[in-house]
Amino acid sequence: MKPKVLLENKQLEVTLTRLCYQLIEVHNDFSNSVIIGLQPRGIYLAHRIQKLLEGILKKKIHCGDLDTTFYRDDFRKKELKPNKTNIDFIIEDKNVILVDDVLFTGRTIRAGLDAMLAYGRPNDVELLVLVDRRFSRNVPIQAKYIGLVIDSIETQNVKVEWEETDKKDRVTLIDK
Amino acid sequence: MSNLSVNHLLGIKNITTTDIKLILETAKNFKEVINRPIKKVPSLRDITVANLFFENSTRTRLSFELAQKRLSADVINFSASSSSVKKGETLIDTVNNILAMKVDMIVMRHSSAGAAEFLSRKVNAKIVNAGDGAHEHPTQALLDAFSMQEKLGDLKGRKIAIIGDILHSRVALSNIFCLQKLGAEVKVCGPTTLIPKYIEALGVKVESDLRKTLEWCDVANMLRIQLERQDIKFFPSIREYTMMYGLNKTMLDSLSKKIVIMHPGPINRGVEITSDVADSDQSIILDQVENGVAVRMAVMFLLAGRQ
Repeated sequence: MKPKVLLENKQLEVTLTRLCYQLIEVHNDFSNSVIIGLQPRGIYLAHRIQKLLEGILKKKIHCGDLDTTFYRDDFRKKELKPNKTNIDFIIEDKNVILVDDVLFTGRTIRAGLDAMLAYGRPNDVELLVLVDRRFSRNVPIQAKYIGLVIDSIETQNVKVEWEETDKKDRVTLIDK
Repeated sequence: MSNLSVNHLLGIKNITTTDIKLILETAKNFKEVINRPIKKVPSLRDITVANLFFENSTRTRLSFELAQKRLSADVINFSASSSSVKKGETLIDTVNNILAMKVDMIVMRHSSAGAAEFLSRKVNAKIVNAGDGAHEHPTQALLDAFSMQEKLGDLKGRKIAIIGDILHSRVALSNIFCLQKLGAEVKVCGPTTLIPKYIEALGVKVESDLRKTLEWCDVANMLRIQLERQDIKFFPSIREYTMMYGLNKTMLDSLSKKIVIMHPGPINRGVEITSDVADSDQSIILDQVENGVAVRMAVMFLLAGRQ
């Protein structure tokens, strides 16, 4: 089957802008809120959201990258390659927005919650995802801010591409 | 996605350059982990590791144990001096008894070369060689390479000198294999009696003059004289050895460039290296110790990851 494009260019930009305003509704001026993107693919979305928010709010927003490899529960079931963790701010008592591109089984987010605790105890944690593949969860984890909800089956894959690494902004649904 | 090509870490000789690079790359992640306020990750929480030390060790045993604890593994320790080995039990029997308690990984130091290799063929557990006789000490070579890379970047074309008792040193042999696989040039320096006869067959240069060696190299790895392994006299006296092959501050400062000083420990201050050199800003001896934990975490994490 031909890959089905779910979001692209202008639509994607509208979705990202909407997510930013939803965040502002809750977090006001982000004085006590930080963004943490999950490695490897969530960091591009996190940094995109950071830039858009900085444009709207005209101030610096803290954004870090978090690697979950050492906290995963499927270690030994598949080969995992660790990435860099780069959090240069304190998350103790902060309102943290965890960011990932696709929410599927929820296991990455679970590992992310564990990994984050090594850096302190946040006041509040929320989840933002660009694509929510609903009805496919293995653990009880739901996102608060969602770009797009889709119904998909296990043999399908959601591919999120970013201008920074893949030369175009695009979300597609492909068969494995 | 990548993984090691071996099930056990027995020596540097039988792992590939890709393996070495993967271990060093993973160790960078673990170095970040051990510098966090909470230094522990749950990666090996379902793994039990036995540390079998049939030979004395402080640094390596502590480093391995700390690495295991940082990875949340369950650890049991064993040292030959306080065990049934003294009552005449064989190596295989000792290890099989420990494995019967459901142990997944064994870290072993033994005074016989090839002990780890022998064990890996006989028992069903991941084996990490923590030093076997005068043969290999792979994790030391990996942490040395990691420390050098941290200081100098890529080791391709770098000049590394290993100075001292090469004949009895497992650190020297593992270092030679590791550095050559990473593209560095290696020269060994020491009294002729302490240089193995056929070492040039490994592609290393031999030099008997300390000053010439130091002028040539970017890094000098100073080794200890292993008196406990020397059954005959290899040189007239310690004092004479120090005069010929001991590194002091005057000589270090008189060199035309700033070289990096390393030592795998334990140091005999005033023999192979004086205190002011060991504590100088050119010395990375304590960085080596810190990096040892990160590198050992990487090795055990990657081995445990293999099905």
